Amino acid sequence: MDAILLLEQLLNGLQLGIMLFLIAAGLTLIFGVMGLINLAHGSLYMIGAFACAAVATWSGSFWLGLMASLTFAAAAGALIEVVIMRRLYHREHLDQVLATFALILICSEGTRWLFGSFPLYLDVPDIFYGAVNLFGVLQYSRYRLFIIVIGLFTALCIYLLINKTRIGMRIRAGAADRQMTAALGINISLLYTLVFALGAALAGFSGALVGSIQSVEVGMGEPVLILAFVVVVIGGIGSIRGALVGALLVGMVDTLGRGYLPQILQLLLDPVFANTLGAALSSIAIYLLMIVILVFKPKGLFPAHG
Amino acid sequence: MSEKMLNRALLSLLIIAPWLAHWIDEPYYVSLATRIAILALAGVGLNIALGLGGMVSFGHAAFFGIGGYVTGILASHALNYEPLFSGIFAMSGSTQMLFIWPIAMLVGAIAAIFIGLLSLRTSGVYFIMITLAFAQMIYYFSISWPNYGGEDGLPIYLRNSFPGVNTLQPIQFFMICCTILLTTLWGVSRLQDSRFGNALKALRQNETRVAAVGISPLGIKLAAFVISAMITALAGSLFADLNRFVSPTMFSWHTSGQIMIFVILGGIGRLYGPVAGAIMFILCEALLGSWTEYWQFFLGLLLLWVVLFARGGLIGLLCGDKAHD
Repeated sequence: MDAILLLEQLLNGLQLGIMLFLIAAGLTLIFGVMGLINLAHGSLYMIGAFACAAVATWSGSFWLGLMASLTFAAAAGALIEVVIMRRLYHREHLDQVLATFALILICSEGTRWLFGSFPLYLDVPDIFYGAVNLFGVLQYSRYRLFIIVIGLFTALCIYLLINKTRIGMRIRAGAADRQMTAALGINISLLYTLVFALGAALAGFSGALVGSIQSVEVGMGEPVLILAFVVVVIGGIGSIRGALVGALLVGMVDTLGRGYLPQILQLLLDPVFANTLGAALSSIAIYLLMIVILVFKPKGLFPAHG
Repeated sequence: MSEKMLNRALLSLLIIAPWLAHWIDEPYYVSLATRIAILALAGVGLNIALGLGGMVSFGHAAFFGIGGYVTGILASHALNYEPLFSGIFAMSGSTQMLFIWPIAMLVGAIAAIFIGLLSLRTSGVYFIMITLAFAQMIYYFSISWPNYGGEDGLPIYLRNSFPGVNTLQPIQFFMICCTILLTTLWGVSRLQDSRFGNALKALRQNETRVAAVGISPLGIKLAAFVISAMITALAGSLFADLNRFVSPTMFSWHTSGQIMIFVILGGIGRLYGPVAGAIMFILCEALLGSWTEYWQFFLGLLLLWVVLFARGGLIGLLCGDKAHD
């Protein structure tokens, strides 16, 4: 029994890790290429989830909803980049933090205005209902398995896009030396808009995917945003590979910590106290992980620029 | 308008308005002014790290909340007659502000030394994120630790007392907060012109040069971070007494963002910036909030406009953009 439970927890950790990667990839790309801290990334996640829920309810098709989450989040990202972010690239980090904090207020309250304060619910297609039998022993939710597969597929697409295509080459060049890239005749502001829209689309897409497990509501992006920041900082700001490793690490530590920390502590301490302490410690486990990593590697696990 | 005149006008407004409200018997406006004074104090604290030292701390909610929780915990122990610790460190709770404040500042300082030592190893974005992570850590801990209320927060049944003052009367409590704010403003004005203050301002501009003339950057920055945290913790203690309630919200990152907003709306690095910012913020909340439920939408627009186009904040707008150092 225990081995089965562990396997299930590992899969849940993987699922959380993959989702975090989709969000963190955009965040780290935007930072790596443009040097911009984007607190409003969580709002794009929320916009994706709301677009998916609204379109899915209107059309009755979950798949149309998923497409809508990609399109709306990318469009919102491109709009935000052209209207606001462009003015912030050469500013201090403080200005970027504040302007994007202001954007969170605008997006959250704007969404509340449009959709009201009640959470929306997003139904998954019939084929994802119920559980699937894995390895003959484990009943695992079909939808969560779908999220893992599509997340891994998206991660592979990002890898291919960044490493094997001409656009990806330009993005990497822009991250390494933006002036040189511009001097070589590449339209850098178009490239920036593209990167921002790409990151936004990834965030919106994962918002739509997770929105079907949890509820779609205003403020859903904020806890995720902070987790994604932890991922990006652990992995090294600007590094896609670091984001992948960081996301899986955070997903596993968070899921396994919540599952097992109280039990492990029970071996050492009074059971009631162990449960309390275990619950409290597991809720901060990832922050402890981040602090330990930053003490030993102040630039994260995979520093992007040397 | 000169900055000095504007500062005096702001202070007079902050002191006279609640007395007017008191005379026409509108205690709501007195407590509004008290909130302004307390939040301005928190902003003055953050401004030392942010404005003078250039340390973008996105985790000052940690110290604000620590001040609040120290107040709540001491008061609840005193009211239940349970000792806080037993054994050689025996200590009972207290409802005496003069005792609570130093403890709140001390605990805030200890937390700041710990957080500062680890965070100041990093800089730039990493510093912003690690201070945020520390505050989030304390936030989640306060939610999941069931003693002292957990997610529900901790009520303070009776506002703590101060010798010779009836703190339950809004105007008298306001005068306490206002006096602390004025004293702190005076202290910080002395601090920023001292040798320490000059070293700190120099560090913000160029750390390598300061190190080259033989001043250790880490010590100065840590000291500034700790002073900044202590002032914010004191503000948290007063805030808890104002609301007679503490909750994990005090630790949330929205609180960190809000304290930062006071500093920015008023004008970063200016002594009276947080005072102007807190006045603007609370007036926005009261005026827009009575007009629309979605007042934060407009606050967001205002903040965005200030960051993009009016970097000196309110004081910069009224007095010209001349930075004062």
